[in-house]
Amino acid sequence: MYHYDELDQRLVDERVEQFRDQVTRRIAGEITEDEFKPLRLMNGLYLQLHAYMLRIGIPYGVLSSVQLRKLAHIARTYDRGYGHFTTRQCLQLNWPKLEEAPHILAELAEVQMHAIQTSGNSFRNITADQYAGVAANEIEDSRIWAEIIRQWSLLHPEFSFLPRKFKIAVTGSPRDRTAVKFHDIGIVIRKNEKGEVGFEILVGGGMGRTPMIGQTIRAFLPKKHLLSYLEALLRIYNLMGRRDNKYKARIKILVFELGIEELQKLVEDEWNQIKDGPLALPQDEIDRISNQFAPPQWKKPQAARLGAEVQRLKNPAFADWVNVNVTGHKQPGYAIVNLSLKTLDAPPGDVTAEQMDGIADLAERYSLGETRATHEQNLVFAYVQEADLYQLWRALDELGLATPNVGLISDIICCPGLDYCALASARSIPVAERISRRFRDLRRQNDIGGLKLKISGCVNACGHHHAGHIGILGVDRQGEEFYQITLGGSADENASIGKIIGPAFSSEDVVEAVETIVNTYVDIREEGEAFLDTYRRVGEEPFKERLYPELTDAAA
Amino acid sequence: MVLQVFTANRVCDGIVVFLAEDGNWTTSLEECRVIGDGGALKQAMATAEKAAEYAVVADPYLIDVIEENDAIRPIRYRERIRAYGPPIHPDFAKQAIPAATGL
Repeated sequence: MYHYDELDQRLVDERVEQFRDQVTRRIAGEITEDEFKPLRLMNGLYLQLHAYMLRIGIPYGVLSSVQLRKLAHIARTYDRGYGHFTTRQCLQLNWPKLEEAPHILAELAEVQMHAIQTSGNSFRNITADQYAGVAANEIEDSRIWAEIIRQWSLLHPEFSFLPRKFKIAVTGSPRDRTAVKFHDIGIVIRKNEKGEVGFEILVGGGMGRTPMIGQTIRAFLPKKHLLSYLEALLRIYNLMGRRDNKYKARIKILVFELGIEELQKLVEDEWNQIKDGPLALPQDEIDRISNQFAPPQWKKPQAARLGAEVQRLKNPAFADWVNVNVTGHKQPGYAIVNLSLKTLDAPPGDVTAEQMDGIADLAERYSLGETRATHEQNLVFAYVQEADLYQLWRALDELGLATPNVGLISDIICCPGLDYCALASARSIPVAERISRRFRDLRRQNDIGGLKLKISGCVNACGHHHAGHIGILGVDRQGEEFYQITLGGSADENASIGKIIGPAFSSEDVVEAVETIVNTYVDIREEGEAFLDTYRRVGEEPFKERLYPELTDAAA
Repeated sequence: MVLQVFTANRVCDGIVVFLAEDGNWTTSLEECRVIGDGGALKQAMATAEKAAEYAVVADPYLIDVIEENDAIRPIRYRERIRAYGPPIHPDFAKQAIPAATGL
C-alpha cells in the first residue's frame, strides 16, 4: 500500500497543529460557531444530533493493521468503543469531544491518516474497487489511479471552494463494485482497440434529491493526461457550477443544464491549453506510485487447501460462508474474503473496537496485514490463501463477522438516519434491523438470491436508496415516519435509478411491504432469474398489484 | 402560550443540553427551565445568547415541550431523540425515557 513521503507527513502534521489552535480559540470563545464551522468541517468534524461526529478518510478504503489498531484505540480512548464504516469507505466516530479532537487527529497522523476534506465543498475521499489488484478479470489496479488523484486533489488550491462537494470513484474491472456511475466523476479503466490502457471518463452522476446517472464525456483518455483532463473539467465546473442554490450546485445539474456535448466542448478547449503542461504525468512518477501497489510474492497453492475442501463437505455452515462471502481471486490458491458488517447485533457498518483489533490481527495472520472497506459497508481481506479459509472462518465467526449474507437481502446499505443525523427525516437503522430479522433464515436468503436493499433516512440519499434493487426512503409526514419504496435501481455497470412504486408505508407496514415484494418476485421469477432481472422483464405492475390491491382494483 | 425550553449542543463535547433554572446548562430535562410566558422568554433568551457568545453552547434554539405526569418531554420526535439519545442505543440514554415517547 501507499506510504506517506516526507511532504505528505509534514502537511498532515501541520494541519493538526493548525486545528489544535483553532479548537483552543473556539473553546476560549475567541471565535464564534459560524466562524469555526467551516474550519472544523475542513477537518471532517460535524456537529450532529447528539454530539460531534468525526469522519476519518480512508483513501480507497485500504487500511493497514497498524492503522486499524489505531482506529480501535481511538474509538476506545476518545469515543464510545465503536466506529461506523460509510459508503465512501470512510470511518465515522459518533461521540468525539471537541476538546479531544486535536488529540485524535494527532494520533491519526502518527499512522498516516487524517480527516481533511471528508466534509465541505471539495473533493471527498477518493474511492476505488475493493477487489483492486486481485480481481480475476481486472484491466488494471484502480488504487494506483485513486492514489494519483488523491495527491492531486488534496488541498488543491484552485478547488478548495467548489460550488459543492465532489466525489470521484475509480474502477478497473468490467464488473463495477464502486457505484461509478453515481459519482460526480466516475473513472473506468479501459483498454482501447489498440490494446492501450486508459480511462473512460463519466460525469454528472449522483444521488440526493435529483438522482442522475453519469454520462460519458470522454470515451478514452490516455493515462498521462488523467490529471490535466480532470483539472480542465473541474475548472469549468468551478467557474460555471451554480453557487446561488445549494440544491443545484452539484456538477450533475451543470451537465443537465448545459448538455453533455456543450460541456465536453468547453472541457476539451480548456484541456487543449493545459494538457502538455506540468500536469502531464511522467512515466517514472506513474511507476513510482504503481510500485507501492505491486503484487506480493504469491505462494504456491498448498496441498493443505484440500483440508478446506474437506471441511467444506463436512461443515455446512462453513460451506455457506465460502459460497456467499468468498470470491475468486486472480491468483491460483488464493481467495478474496468478505467480512460482513451486517449482523443482527449492530447497525449496518458498525464495528466495535474489539472487533477492529481482532480484524487487524486476522489481517496480519491471513491477508498481508491489509483490510479494505467497501462502499457497501463491509470489509475485505484480499490476500487469503485457500488453505487458510477454514481457520479464518472460525476466527471470524468468533468475532461475529462471519455472517454469510454478502450480496443477499440482509446485506443492507443504511445511513445513520434519525438515530444520529441532524439532517434525517426518519429513522433508518431500525428498519434495516427489522428487515434483517424478518429474513434471518439463511436458506431463505439464499433462495431469494442476489438482492440489494438500500435505506436512506432522508432525500439526501446517503443510504443509496435510488440504486437499491429495493430502495427505502424515510420521510416525515407531520411528525410520523413513513417509508417510500422504489424498485429497479442498480449501482453496477448497468446502472439504473429506482422508480417509486406507490404511496409510502407506515413504519409498521414497511417490512411487510418488502415481504410482499420479495414473495411476488419468488412467485413470478423464471429459472435462474435474479430479482433485478425479473423486475426488468416484467416491470412494476405485478409488484404494484400485490402491494396495493385496493388501488389496482379500483382502477380495473 | 405553549411551553418551551432552550436547547443547544455544548461546545466542549457537543452533548445535548437544556437551559436550567439556575442559568447553567443541563443534560437533564428534569432540571430544565420551562418557559411559559413572554417575560420568562426574554430573560431566557438573553441567557442563552450570552452562553453562545461565551462559547458554552453552540446555536441555542427553542423547542416546544409538554408537561405530563410531572415530567417535561419534547413534542417533536426529533427533539425526543435528541433528549433521550439514539433509540438504537438505549445503553446511552441520558435520562429515563417516559413510556409515552414512543422511543
